[in-house]
Amino acid sequence: MDILGIFLSSASFILAPTTIAYALATLGLALHFGYGGLLNMGMAGFMALGAYGYAIGILTFGLPWYLAAFVGIIASIVFALILGIPTLRLRGDYLAIVTIAAAEIVRLMLLSSAFGTVTGSADGLSGFNGPGGTVTNPTVGAGGFNESNPIPEGVYGFPPFLDDQRTWYLRIVGIIILALAIFVVWRLVNSPWGRVVKGIREDEDAVRSLGKNVFAYKLQVLIIGGVLGALGGLMLAFSTNVNSSVYVTSLTFFLWTALLLGGAATVFGPLAGSIIFWVLQAFLGLLFPALASVGLMPFTTIQAAQIKFIIVGFALVLLVVFRPQGLYGNKKELTFVK
Amino acid sequence: MRANSSVKSRVSRFASALGAFLLAFGVLAFGTPAHADIVNPEMPFKISGNVQNKGVGIPGVSISMTGPAGFTATVLTDAEGKYTVGIPEKLTDYTVTVDELTLPDGVTVIDNPATEFVEANVQTVTVGPGGRTTMNFFIGQGERKTTSIFDQVVQRLISGINFGLMLALASVGLSLIYGTTGISNFAHAELVTFGAVATYGLVALMGADLLWLAIILALVLSAAVGWGQDAALWAPLRRRGMGLVQLMIVSIGLSLGVRYLYQFFIGGTTEQLPGSSGERFALFGSVTLSATDIASMAISVLLIVLFALWLNRSKVGKATRAISDNPGLAASSGIDVDGVVRIVWIIGSVLAGFSGILWAYFRPGIRWDMGGQILLLIFAATTLGGLGTAYGALVGSLIVGILVEASSLVIPSDLKYVGALVVLIGILLFRPQGILGRKERVG
Repeated sequence: MDILGIFLSSASFILAPTTIAYALATLGLALHFGYGGLLNMGMAGFMALGAYGYAIGILTFGLPWYLAAFVGIIASIVFALILGIPTLRLRGDYLAIVTIAAAEIVRLMLLSSAFGTVTGSADGLSGFNGPGGTVTNPTVGAGGFNESNPIPEGVYGFPPFLDDQRTWYLRIVGIIILALAIFVVWRLVNSPWGRVVKGIREDEDAVRSLGKNVFAYKLQVLIIGGVLGALGGLMLAFSTNVNSSVYVTSLTFFLWTALLLGGAATVFGPLAGSIIFWVLQAFLGLLFPALASVGLMPFTTIQAAQIKFIIVGFALVLLVVFRPQGLYGNKKELTFVK
Repeated sequence: MRANSSVKSRVSRFASALGAFLLAFGVLAFGTPAHADIVNPEMPFKISGNVQNKGVGIPGVSISMTGPAGFTATVLTDAEGKYTVGIPEKLTDYTVTVDELTLPDGVTVIDNPATEFVEANVQTVTVGPGGRTTMNFFIGQGERKTTSIFDQVVQRLISGINFGLMLALASVGLSLIYGTTGISNFAHAELVTFGAVATYGLVALMGADLLWLAIILALVLSAAVGWGQDAALWAPLRRRGMGLVQLMIVSIGLSLGVRYLYQFFIGGTTEQLPGSSGERFALFGSVTLSATDIASMAISVLLIVLFALWLNRSKVGKATRAISDNPGLAASSGIDVDGVVRIVWIIGSVLAGFSGILWAYFRPGIRWDMGGQILLLIFAATTLGGLGTAYGALVGSLIVGILVEASSLVIPSDLKYVGALVVLIGILLFRPQGILGRKERVG
């Protein structure tokens, strides 16, 4: 059993492109839930729209990759409007059910063979980052995200960050997007706008009595958080193929776990929570099968690989019961959760 | 049966499927497969088969496959319509999809009559211990349309009522729990799965002859789980005065943990309960019903009637309704709220467990996430009828069940759940209290 290897592979998740992607989506959830008090259980749908919007923008509409990225973002804004305009008047748990259902509708539509020519149905889409393109259309994806990489070919860094130019490029782009997103959210929540939003979270009627348009603020929160989710999906699409099997309800629940781990009403909590969550996921996902394969655990390696998900579920229960404010949160900021 | 493989009538399609299967198996076992287009030949196991129209292989059809750990492969059929795909693992499920766009114009994949529930061009293949499995696809000029529209509608209606009654058993429990405690219990899906998994485990222990005993014991276990869940988790949280949103997130965590616990124990494969491939009786035209369908509907109706009598006539039933109405007032008029809630959890769990057993026959098959697959439909049914109202859940379930089954007549069958989810969102927009709910419930 290669303990050092397990530690190194897990540590590589600290700033892996996927971790950055999840951190972006979790930051969106923090804005939705932690600051706006909106129970969005459909973040996976926003991420799916970001990723698929980008991929479809390139493959179907033949846009350059940087414009296609905006297709994903615009798709998530439209989704937020469609979802928000009718539902933001509903009570919290109703909003949760509507958003979870809406995200499932998005996923089922992307999975359906009815739109297979555009969405790739069960196979998902690939080849949009170029070079290479697809079998049927080899020019598609040329000049894509991969070719915008200014880093010369080669392997750089030191373990656990010993990666090729592509991963480094993804990492750098991801960190820049994430840093900008964190900065924007930090400025927003500490602005007059942010104080109104937090006021709505605490007592909607009180804010309404001050003459504020509560609905408009909530819709803005939903859109900005949704765009962050779409950026997360975009990050995932930059790094790999898109497939609807990724954007399942469980993904939303994992984001929630990461959010509550870090602290819902914080700016850096989502980042910390995401890093801890996905490093731990990777670590446990490697450790248990390794233990099982050398006979230290009385399970098959397939069973051992499931244990991490069981732990995630029960950890979420324990977190909510015993430390609802998360690692960094302030318990007073969560009195709105009734 | 083997000789019938060229008979083209609809009735004998199953026989021809079996015949072709045996034929293909024979080729695999005794001869060399004739130039099948092969993908991943280096992998240890394989899925192979052919795409044929009335016995003639169709070349150039794209077939894609997905499996565990992100395995995907795409293959084109060769000149004789054959394909072979090497796969990395056995004893697991693979999804085989025919890309209908690569079929010749005017033909489609014909339904496999043995598993009507599955989308025709997407099939799940279980690779057994031998590591080799055959999956053949039959292509025709949309022969399905020879069934009269009326027969199709009746068949779908019956199927929808069956599905709706099954949903109802799960929904009334969810609705009662919501009504008495305010929890939107996402882990209700795992109670549904529990009934099926417990039955499966008990059948494995006691043998298929004692299926009825296994079902009864599984329901007893479901009751114990309901009691235990409330005693160990929800009652203490109620006493702490935890908020509804937090309770909901707790139930999500519980749902995740328990779901993967099932996968830990029964693996990622689909298992069958005994009697799930029972014969079908022809009613009239091409409308058929299986013995399990009839038993399933009869028992569902019986349970729902018993449940309604309990809710209306018994003292505890009346107390339950009182608590749903106004918990504070109920408590101050001397009703033991915690005791009643405990009973509601037990009854809700038993009903959910039984609906899980029915769901295992309806799907058909037992999977670790089978409850999760219908969780949103259960929520849709409960919300449609009015959250917290027992009869509303029943009405909502029947509507959702019939809608899901009937909608596949007009929209692609892989989108049939979308219709129900759209209705869920629609009802929350226009009448959030549901059909039978009262307006003040929505704060």
